[in-house]
Amino acid sequence: MKKEITRMGKKLQSVKMQEAACGLHCLQIKNISVRDGDQTLIENINLHIHCGKITVIIGKNGAGKSTLMKAILGEIKHEGSIEFMDLKDQSMEKRLTETQAQPLRIGYVPQYINLEKNTPMSVYDLFASYISNIPVFLRKNKRIYEQVCQQLSIFEAQDLVDKRAGDLSGGELQRVLLSIAITPVPNLLLLDEPVSGIDRNGMQLFYENIGKLKENYDLAMIIVSHDFEFVRRYADHVILLDKTIIREGTPEEVLGSQEFHTVFG
Amino acid sequence: MDRIYNIMEVLLPFSWISYDFMKNAILAVLIITPLFGILGTMIVNNRMAFFSDALGHSAITGVAVGTIFGITNTNISMLLFAIVFAVFLNKIKRRKTVSTDTVISVFASLSMAIGLVVLSRGGEFAKYSALLVGDILSISIQEILMLFIILILTLLFWLFGFNRLYAISVNESLARSKNIRAGLMEDLFSVIIAMIVMASVKWVGILIINALLILPAAASRNMSSNVREYHLFSVMISVFSGITGLIMSFYLGTATGPTIVIISTILFFVTFFIKG
Repeated sequence: MKKEITRMGKKLQSVKMQEAACGLHCLQIKNISVRDGDQTLIENINLHIHCGKITVIIGKNGAGKSTLMKAILGEIKHEGSIEFMDLKDQSMEKRLTETQAQPLRIGYVPQYINLEKNTPMSVYDLFASYISNIPVFLRKNKRIYEQVCQQLSIFEAQDLVDKRAGDLSGGELQRVLLSIAITPVPNLLLLDEPVSGIDRNGMQLFYENIGKLKENYDLAMIIVSHDFEFVRRYADHVILLDKTIIREGTPEEVLGSQEFHTVFG
Repeated sequence: MDRIYNIMEVLLPFSWISYDFMKNAILAVLIITPLFGILGTMIVNNRMAFFSDALGHSAITGVAVGTIFGITNTNISMLLFAIVFAVFLNKIKRRKTVSTDTVISVFASLSMAIGLVVLSRGGEFAKYSALLVGDILSISIQEILMLFIILILTLLFWLFGFNRLYAISVNESLARSKNIRAGLMEDLFSVIIAMIVMASVKWVGILIINALLILPAAASRNMSSNVREYHLFSVMISVFSGITGLIMSFYLGTATGPTIVIISTILFFVTFFIKG
C-alpha cells in the first residue's frame, strides 16, 4: 500500500498541470442563505478559503451540508456572494449569481451517480462526455482516449478505462469521479461525503489521494464528511454546521468543543 | 420521388412493393425507426418512459385543441400543444419536492380526458379512433418529407448535444460544475421528443408509440457494454422490427404498429435470455 502511494506521488508530480498551492488564491463566501418558501435551509454562512487548504464541513443529517454545496455550485438560488480573488495578478473576479459568467472553476465529486447495473456505459463514455463535445456514441476519439487514460493514471485508474462503469467497486468509481473533477484542474474542489460505500482500504487510499492533491495542485477543497478520524488527520479548517456555522476552527478546537458534543452527543 | 420509387422497386423485388402506399410506408418506417432507436437510449437511461408516454397521450388533446380553434391542420395544434406540455412537465420534474410520477400522471390523465371529452362531443369519436392505433399505410409524401426534416434536426441535436445530455443524465450537479446548462438541454431534449412523438403518432398510434420508443433501447441494453454498442444495437433492432413488422402486417392484414411492437418485444426477450 505504502509503496503504491509513493508511486502515485511521483506520478502526480510528473503530470503536474499547475504549480503547487501558492496561497495567493482565495475564495470568500459571504452571507450565503438559502430559503425554500418560508423555510430557511441555511443562513449567514461566511467562509474564507485559501488554495492548498482543506475545509471539512461536519454536521448532522439535515444540517444543510449538501444545500451549502449546491449553493456554492450555483445549482440552487441563494442570497449572498461568492468572490474569487487572485492576489497574484491583483485581479478580483466576482460571481454574484449563477447567471453571470463563472471565472471560478469548480470541481465536484458527487455522492453517487445515476447508474444501474446494466447501464451500457464504459468509464471512457462517462469521462469523455464531461470533458469533450465529440459525440461519445460515435467512434472513440484517439486524442480524448489518451487524455482520459492520462488523467485516470493520476489515481492509478488507467486500467479501468474500458470497463463498464456499473462493474466498478465503490473505490474505483470514486477515483474515476475524482479524475473527472480535476480535469481541468479547478480552483475549488467540492467533495460530498466521499467515502460512503467504500471499504476501509479504499478509504485509506482515498485519503492519501486527497493529501497528494493538496500537496501538488493549486486548489482549495471543501469536503463534507462524517469521518472524524479523517477530519482530525487531514482538515486544516473544520466547520460545524447546523443551518448556520455554530463552530469553526482547527480540528482540535471544533472536535473538542461544547457545540460538537451537543450536536453529536 | 419517382426515382426513389424506381430504386426501391429494383432493390426490393417483391409483389407488395408495387403499391405506392407500401413504398411510402417503407420510407416512413426507415425514417421513424432509427429516430426511435436513438432517442430511446436516452429515454431509458433517464427513466423517462413515463414522461414520453404522457407526451404521446397528450396528442389527443392537441387534436382537440385544434378542432376547438378550428385549425384544419391538426398537425400544427398537436405539435404546439405537445411542446408546451413537454416544457411544462419538465418544470414539474425539476421541482424535486413532489413525486414526479404522480404529478405527470395527473396532468397526462387530465389532458387525455379533456381531449376525449372534446372529441367525443355528439358521439363523433369514431372519426378519430385511427389516432389510437395509427395507420402508416395512409402516410403521404409531404408527411414523409416532414419526418425527414425532423430526422435531420434530431441528428444535429444529437451530434452537438449528446455528450452534454449524457453528462446531465449521469449527475446533474457534476454536469453543472462543468458549465453545462442542464435546464436548457433538458428542455431541448423534451421538445425534440415532443416533435417526434407528434410527427409520428398518427402513423403508429397513441396506444403503442411509447413501446416503439422504449423497446429497442431496452433490448439493446441487454447486450451492450458501452454507449456505442447501445446506440448501434438499438437502431438495428428498431429498424429491423419496423421493416419486418410492416411486411408481416401487409400479409396478415393486421395493424402495423402493434405488429412492430410484438416483434420488438420478442427481440427484447431473446436478448434478455441470451444475456441471462
